[in-house]
Order: sequence, then C-alpha cells, then structure tokens
Amino acid sequence: MAKKSDKIGAVAVVGGGITGIQAALDLADMGFKVYLLEKSSAIGGVMAQLDKTFPTNDCSMCILSPKLVDCARHVNIELFTNTEVQKIEGKPGNFIVKALKKPRYVDMEKCTSCGSCEEVCPIKLPNLFEHGLSDRKAIYKLYPQAIPNAYVIDKEGDGKHRGCVNCMKCTDVCEVGAINHDEKPENLKLNVGAVIVATGSQPFNPVIKPEFGYKKYQNVMTSVEFERVLSASGPFEGKILRPSDKKTPKKIAWVHCVGSRDKSVEHEYCSSMCCMYTAKEAVIAKEHDADIEPTVFYIDIRSFGKDFDKYIDRAKREHGLRYVRSRISEIVENQKTKDLVIRYEDDSGELKEETFNLVVLSVGLCIAEEQRNELIGRLGFETNEFGFVYTNPDDPVVLKPGIFVAGSFLEPQAIPESVMQASAAAANAAALLKDVRGTLVKEKQYPAERDVSGEKPRVGVFVCHCGINIGGYVDVPAVVKFAKSLDDVAYAEANLYTCSEDTQKKIVNAIKKHNLNRILVAACTPRTHEPLFQKSLRDAGLNPYLLEMTNIREQCSWVHMDKPKEATDKAKQLVAMTVAKIRFLQPIQEAEIPVTQKALVIGGGIAGMTAALSLADQGYETALVEKEQVLGGYLNKVYYTVEGIEIDQLLKETVEKVQKHDIIKVYTGSSLVSLNGYVGSYESEIKTPKGTANFNHGIIVVTVGADEYKPNSYLYGKNPQVFTQSELEKKLSECLPEDIHDGETFVMIQCVESRDEQRPYCSRICCMQAVKNAIRIKELNPRAEVFVLYRDLMTYGFKEKFYKTAREKGVMFLQYDAEKKPIVSANDDGLVVKMFEPMLQRELRIPVDTLVLSTGLQPNLDNSVIAQMLKVPVNDDGFFLEAHVKLRPVDFSTRGVFVAGNCHMPKFIGESIYQAQAAAARAATILAQPKLAAEPNIAVVDEDMCSGCKLCISVCPYNAIDSVEEKINGKTVVRARVNEGLCQGCGVCVATCPSGAMQQRGFKDEQILPMVEETV
Amino acid sequence: MIEKEKEPKTEEFEPKIVGFLCNWCSYAGADLAGTSRIQYPPNVRIIRVMCSGSVDSMYILRALLEGADGVFIGGCHPGDCHYIDGNYKARRRIVLLKDILNTFGIEKERVWVRWISASEGQKFAETMREMTEEIRKLGPNPIAKQWNI
Repeated sequence: MAKKSDKIGAVAVVGGGITGIQAALDLADMGFKVYLLEKSSAIGGVMAQLDKTFPTNDCSMCILSPKLVDCARHVNIELFTNTEVQKIEGKPGNFIVKALKKPRYVDMEKCTSCGSCEEVCPIKLPNLFEHGLSDRKAIYKLYPQAIPNAYVIDKEGDGKHRGCVNCMKCTDVCEVGAINHDEKPENLKLNVGAVIVATGSQPFNPVIKPEFGYKKYQNVMTSVEFERVLSASGPFEGKILRPSDKKTPKKIAWVHCVGSRDKSVEHEYCSSMCCMYTAKEAVIAKEHDADIEPTVFYIDIRSFGKDFDKYIDRAKREHGLRYVRSRISEIVENQKTKDLVIRYEDDSGELKEETFNLVVLSVGLCIAEEQRNELIGRLGFETNEFGFVYTNPDDPVVLKPGIFVAGSFLEPQAIPESVMQASAAAANAAALLKDVRGTLVKEKQYPAERDVSGEKPRVGVFVCHCGINIGGYVDVPAVVKFAKSLDDVAYAEANLYTCSEDTQKKIVNAIKKHNLNRILVAACTPRTHEPLFQKSLRDAGLNPYLLEMTNIREQCSWVHMDKPKEATDKAKQLVAMTVAKIRFLQPIQEAEIPVTQKALVIGGGIAGMTAALSLADQGYETALVEKEQVLGGYLNKVYYTVEGIEIDQLLKETVEKVQKHDIIKVYTGSSLVSLNGYVGSYESEIKTPKGTANFNHGIIVVTVGADEYKPNSYLYGKNPQVFTQSELEKKLSECLPEDIHDGETFVMIQCVESRDEQRPYCSRICCMQAVKNAIRIKELNPRAEVFVLYRDLMTYGFKEKFYKTAREKGVMFLQYDAEKKPIVSANDDGLVVKMFEPMLQRELRIPVDTLVLSTGLQPNLDNSVIAQMLKVPVNDDGFFLEAHVKLRPVDFSTRGVFVAGNCHMPKFIGESIYQAQAAAARAATILAQPKLAAEPNIAVVDEDMCSGCKLCISVCPYNAIDSVEEKINGKTVVRARVNEGLCQGCGVCVATCPSGAMQQRGFKDEQILPMVEETV
Repeated sequence: MIEKEKEPKTEEFEPKIVGFLCNWCSYAGADLAGTSRIQYPPNVRIIRVMCSGSVDSMYILRALLEGADGVFIGGCHPGDCHYIDGNYKARRRIVLLKDILNTFGIEKERVWVRWISASEGQKFAETMREMTEEIRKLGPNPIAKQWNI
C-alpha cells in the first residue's frame, strides 16, 4: 500500500474579492475543501462597488452575483467573514492558518435580513461601502446583495464617529432572536495544505496631493466614489449629481494618473486599469445624461487590453469624450459657484485653464501602510520597491512554496488578469495537493424532486429591475401586473436584483408557499444566468428544466433605451411568449457521461508547455501537439528580458520538464487532423512524422500562439537598414559593445500598421520591447542615440519603471499623433525620419542608421481552421474569443475547451504562464469529475409516430441516431433511436423529421409554436 | 393569390418580426448589441433555439400565417456552426421554403437568413434596423390570419 500522505486536501483562500472567490470556486470544483477568509462582513470586494465593467459595459454586480451565490451555496466552501489571518505555520502540504474571527453580533443562521434592526438603530456612521457619500446605521448590511446575507454590528466606529452604544433596540425588535451583543472573538486554527493570498490593494488617497483639492473642495471626488454615484444602488440612486448642490453637472473632467506614475508619492508605477475605467465612467455618465460633456486629462491612453482600443475609439466617436494630453498644475475652486478651474499645460507646453462643474480624480491602486505593516509584515512576504509582494516573473503566482498569490495584491491590474491569476494559483495548489484531492469534500445533496406530472401549470414570474439596467427603461411593476393577468400564472413579483442570494431564497420559498411548478425569470440573458436559477429550482425540489428565462435586458431595455413605452410593451410580450412556452415544459433527466480524465493541449509554446505541465502535475495525462519540429514557439524568438527572466534557461528547463514528464506525451512536427466527440469524451487524430496517433481525452486547451507582423511600409524588406523589433533583438543579442559606434542612431517607430483601421488592436508588448531594446543599445554603447517615436507608451503596471530607466539612460521618447505619422525617406545620404513634434510645434528631421519598426503580433492564419474544428469563435481581429472577457477569460462558451497565451491576445511571458495555469485549473474542474451530466436538450423519438424513414439518421452531425427493428403484431417495423450520450442537442433532426416524431427536449414543437403564436 | 385588403401604408406601420436565433452565435451577438448599448427598433421578438438548423419550416410558416410581417433566422457563419453544419441545413431548407412562399402569396423577402457571430453585436443591430425598414416598405403581411377561414 502507498504511504499515507501527510498532506491536507484543503486550501485557505485569504481575501473574498473576485480573485479569492474565483480561486475558491475553482478549488472546490477540483475536489478540495476551501476556507474562504474575508476581513469585512461580506465577500465581493471592490468589484461589488463598481457600477459597470469595461470593455463590455456589463453591470458589475450582475456578473459578480452568480459567483457570490455559488460561493455561498457550495458545500465545499466554508466562509469566514470578519476574519483576519494572523499567522501561517507549517510546511507546504500541511499548514496551520491562525486567524482571528471578530464577532458579528448577529447570528447568520437566524438573521433573515429583514432590516427591522436597521430601522430602529439610532446610531449613524459614514457608509464606507459608499466611500462616505451616504450614512449607514451601526447595524448594517455591507451592500444589498451581500453574501453572507446577514446584518452585522459595528461596535468600534471609525475614530470620529462612535459605533453601537448597546441600546438593545435591535435586540428588542429582532423577531428571530438573531442578535447577540455578547458575542466574543474566536481564534481559528485551520489545517490546510496550501494558502492563496488575494487580499487586494487599496485606492490611492489623493489627500496627500493638495494641488488636486480633494477633501478641500466638495466637487472634487475620486473615481471610486464616482463609481458609487453611477450605481443604481449607490448614494444618489444612479443619478449623476455633484456633492455641493446635488445638481447634475454638465462639464465633468477626469484627471488621469492620480497617485500613479508619480515620483512625489513614491508611486512610480502605472495602475493599469485607470485609463479604461475613466473612459467607462465617462461613457456611462453620458449614457445617464446625454447633456454631460466629459473631458479627460491624460498623459498616455493605455488601452493595451483586448478590444480596449476599440472601446476608446467608440468613446471618442459616439460619446464625444474629449481627450486633452496635458499635465495639471492645480485645481482651484470658484467659491461662489463651487465650480473648479483646472490649470494645465497642454502638449505644446502652453498654460491653459478651463472650468468644470465636477472633477473626478482617476486614482490608482497602492498597498496601504496598514496592509504593509499588518499582513505582509506579519506573514513575512518579500516585497518589491513599490511595497507590493514580489514573485519571480516566470513563476508569477508563487509567493513561497505552498503559498500562492493572485490579484491586485500582486500588482495593480484589472479583473481579467486577477481572475486568471486566481485560477492559476488554484492550479498550483491543486498540483501540490494532487495526492489528497477529494479527501475532504462532500457531495451536494438536493432535496428529492417533486413529481409535477399531472399538476396543472402554476407559473411563478420573477421580473428583475437589475438596478436601473432594466428598471430605468422598462416599467417593471407594469410587467409584473401584466404577468399576473396571464393564464396559469400563480405568482409574480419584482426584484431589485433577481440574481442576488436573498432572491434565490425568495424563489425557493415562493415555490413552496404557492406550490409553483414552473418558474419564469424575466431578467438578463439565459446564456449567463440560467444555471444560477436552475440551482434554485433544485433547492426547492423542482426539476431544473422547469425554468425558463426571458431576456428583457440585453435584448430589450439596453437596446431600446430611448423608447420606454415600446420597451415595456416588448417586455410584456416576451413574458407572455415565455408563459406560452413554459406551460408545456417537462422535467428532463440528463444522462451521465463518463469523463476521460486526460487532456489535449494544442500548441507547444510557453503557454502550451505550461498548461501541459500544470495538468500533468495535477495528475492528468496530457498530449501536447506542436506543429513545429521544436517546442518553445515564440519564445524561440525572444533573446532577453529586462524583468529578470533568463530566456535560455526558462526555455531549456521548461522543454526538459515537459519531455521528461511521465504523463506528458509530446508530438512535435504534428497537427490535429480530426476531432470527434464532446466535453468529457473527445477522440483526436494527430498526424505525426511517424504516422497517425489516436488520443482520447476529456478537455482541450488551445495555445497556438501568434507571430510578429511583417510590415509593408517604411521601406521594410527594401532597405537593409530597416528591421522589426524582433529582428533587432536578435541582432542585439549577438552584438558586442564595439559593434555599436558612438553617435550611431536608432529610431524606433511604434504602432506600425497597428492600432489602425486594418489592425485595430494594440499588441500590448511592443512598447516594452522597444524600451527593452533601447536600454540594451544604451548598455552596449551609452553614446549611441536612440529615439522612440510613440503614440501612447503602454508600459503598464510595474513595467513603467523600465520606461523610466530608458529615459534616464538618455533614450529620447517623442510622441506622435496617429493623424501625423512619421515619414521615412531614403536618399544617397541614407535614411531620414521626419516627424511633427507637438512640444516644439515643428517638424523634426532625424538621420537614421537603423530604423526599427514595432509592428506587434498577428494571430496565426490557421486559427480559423482550429476554430472550425473545435467549434469555438475568433474575434474580428482573428484572436480566439473567450466566453466572457471579464470573468471567464480562459474558457470558451463551448464547454470543455480553454484558451491561453498569445492566441487569445498578445501578452508577456509571465502573463502567458499564469493564463496557461488558469486554463489548466479550469480544465481540471471538469477532469476532476469522473462523470458529467450530458446535454439535457437532446432529441427524443415518439415511437408511435416514427415511420422509420431514416431521414434523421442522414442529417445527424454526430451519428447519434440509429435505427432499430421491432416486431409488432408479427410485422417488422423500423424506428429511429437516439443515443443519449452522443446527441448534442442541435435539433436538426427535428426540423428534418417529416412526421413530427422527433422532438427536442426544451424546444418541442408544442413549446415553440405557442411562443410563435404569442408574438403576433 | 388570396385577395386581401391591404392596410394603407402609412408612416405608422410597425412591422412585427419574429426572430429565431441560434444560441451560440446570433443570440450571443444580440446579447452583445445589448451590452454595447447599440440601439435598434423594438420590432423583433426573439425566440432562442439551439441551432438555426433546428428551425422547422413549420415555425416560419406558422409565424407568417399568424400575421408576422417578417421572420428572421440568425445562425453562425458558414463553417462556424457549433453543431458542425446545422446552418448549411437551415440555408438549404429556407431556400426551398422561400420558393413555396410565393404560392401562398407571401413575398419571399419577408424571410431573412443572416449569419451573425457572437462578436457581431453591431451587425445584429444594423440587420434589425435594415430589416425593420425593408419590411416596413413591403407593408403588412397580406396573408395574416387568412389561413383559418
């Protein structure tokens, strides 16, 4: 017998923001017990405070809420709120986490969140969730959708304001006796195998920058405060008002880089997400009130993420955002009007001033003093020069053996990166604890399903306000009233957020109380929220397929914003159509399909190799297919970095690990030629130099990379002095100092044939590549001249420091406008670059020895072939399109297929590494299960009606139908038969069947036709 | 052809359009139009189906006979079908159906098939605008509710 492991199949996740939530959910789904520790009284973190998210303008709470609810419901996640970690002892695989759980003074099991206590509480304090823009009571709920959905008492106050005074009014009024003023703090000792730290960072407090007038002038606010102003559940209920007079401001200014890229406050890094959230806030403000005139004062527009450039373009074109490249000297208030005068220097160096009604400071993120002293100091983590924790750039989420890190605790960054790191940290923990996976978990038990056959339909209708996302345009109470008037509707109600945890309880209770047997949710798209509501039905003992959603947000309120009457009429009709269908819904029992617990990774670059290693380290046999003869992909064209990654070593070691791994099978010079099957059970045919190999697997990770774009302009390919950045990098890697002579001039042009109409995306990495190569040249010979001609310098996050290094070494950065691109000409004297310099307001003429073009990456041309084979989408630029840009950044909508690396969008090595680990984690949530529920909406045959014509067999794309012969009354009859495991539920056979014998579950003729009739 | 008194074509005529959208591409594209807040006329009523290939001719006929002024079928781009080739099957079936429509006295221009991907919110909104205008020009469906007489 194998030696019993002393490892523990549980993980502590510290921090309950979106990062911690994602890590917790992934680990719990991979078969680990999770303790989720959160310092405040509810999980959700900063994302719960945001109004919308860029670049999709999705409502932040709406996409977060299902994850909160999943966390609350997951049998293998134990939530500790008001809890702070004190100490981590032990060794990888077996730690003791000591934490202090502060009293809540409210019993979470008993509290029904009725709010009576809040009404009677006499104590008022500033509401910190609303950044003090409104007040709350001493007994309060952090925010309306808070998980755990229970009240908490603030006994401490905030220094200036006292907290609870023990008046006991809440105790008297609480009908369920949930309040316990004598609750004591509790010392927790959690035995875990690994720890993930995701405690986040904090917004910069601009009080220490007096020139901006924050806290001095009422109408100067921070961007995080403005998020709450925008929010429907915020202090002004989604109305754009300024603090001084509660009037709608017309001219609003946003000021970039407050507390970022700023030496005076020792924050010489970029906070990465402020450029984009500023554009988003301005766009949304404009959407609230079309008369608002937004102006953005900026240094660079760092739109380096996927589809960010397009977002900025639309913000300028369609929403009239005005961008002013400038440096601000000060903001002063007009004491009479409370308007603000911004004094600034524009890009020609001219001093100007302009008056605004409201100023929003786009603040960056930082590690606050107390965070540094408490958590980081207490736990003894290594930090970088900016006070953030330090990790190796080629092992980005490993803090110490067994202790992993993710999210903005590591570096200021936006949600997708945080979510990817969360999954990556989960993958690392899962690899460490693979031997004890599944040892501490329970299986979720649902109540027995109620038999509803024979019951008359009793429909419950839940109509969502979605804050003001629906309620602002559709008359929700009128829709509810209309729903009540429909036949078979037994119950209808409106909800502020139907997806919140308390509404799930309401749905469950309503099902029981009103004996409902069909549930209609009129809210957002079923593509994101159907699983959430299906679980509520299961919790109430109803079959989950007795749920139907109708989409009155994406396909109604959001697309008819200026037509409230028509939008309301449409919403009513959509409800009527869905009621017409829902009456005929029947319970569905899915078949179970066994999972082949093996993985296929396509593409053997750093992302592919990392994904394969992560999967194999978690115990899943993996095949890695690479079309080139050698592994390494684009890494073979990278020679050095400035962040401290030794490329040669990384490449050599990673390739070795992959090749020597017991359960990784490497196929180089090979390609996938055919793919059959579906999630859990794929069959692949791989063409290898030695013939065809067959491989069966449960999931697929796509990591096919991208390549440098070769330009057609600037004499590239025609003049021997013109190179791309990568070509230069190769040359420099072979250069000796004496190869570069004094005064030798290098000019680098950024965004060549990039960020234009043909290739309207930013490649993210080229600015840094230019900075890196420029530094290299200066290191080889400081007397060489290097000019970088750029549009916006995308040295985001901590990369900003290398931009500074380059400037200090004398590299000249000259900004050009997209409308006035540099011009290159060649004559007998050599190459000359001409460009208009805005600061000098004149044309510069630079004779050049070496011209370097930054062109960015382009997706592989065969992406579309792979996309078609795998049935996954690519975006307009040819990069693979993930399921959701914010919260599902490595998943495809097609279950069982995942993406990582440059084929998703251009990115740095460290980013590819954590994204690949994230893909492996997400894949492992499937591979960890021996069985999966098969597709529910499959085809079924009514045998009495089937004539045995076999037309269905000929059209089925999955060979899921065969024919059987039966003897009935001595006669042989032929019938179609559907293989439940193979049918994927497309319904093509249904439309083909001439007799109506073939029907698709959930989309039967008797369900669709009443909908059709209701449309007219 | 069945005689029917045509309602006067006025500016007020708001066509009723029934849209069958496949879950994976067109429905997602329509969602993206929403998240991008791209506005289009409120004339379409969307019915989600798993694949354009599952749209039975009967659904289209029933919609037209019930009085819909237009029927829209949205699927994945050729080659991109989530179910391999359901969209090709839809296309073939609807080409045939359109020929038959003339027999009923229904202009075949009332039935539109378009390929709209999950990333084409703009295209979905544009298509809805265009279709609403085209059907408005065609006027009300001449055969509405005549079939059951």
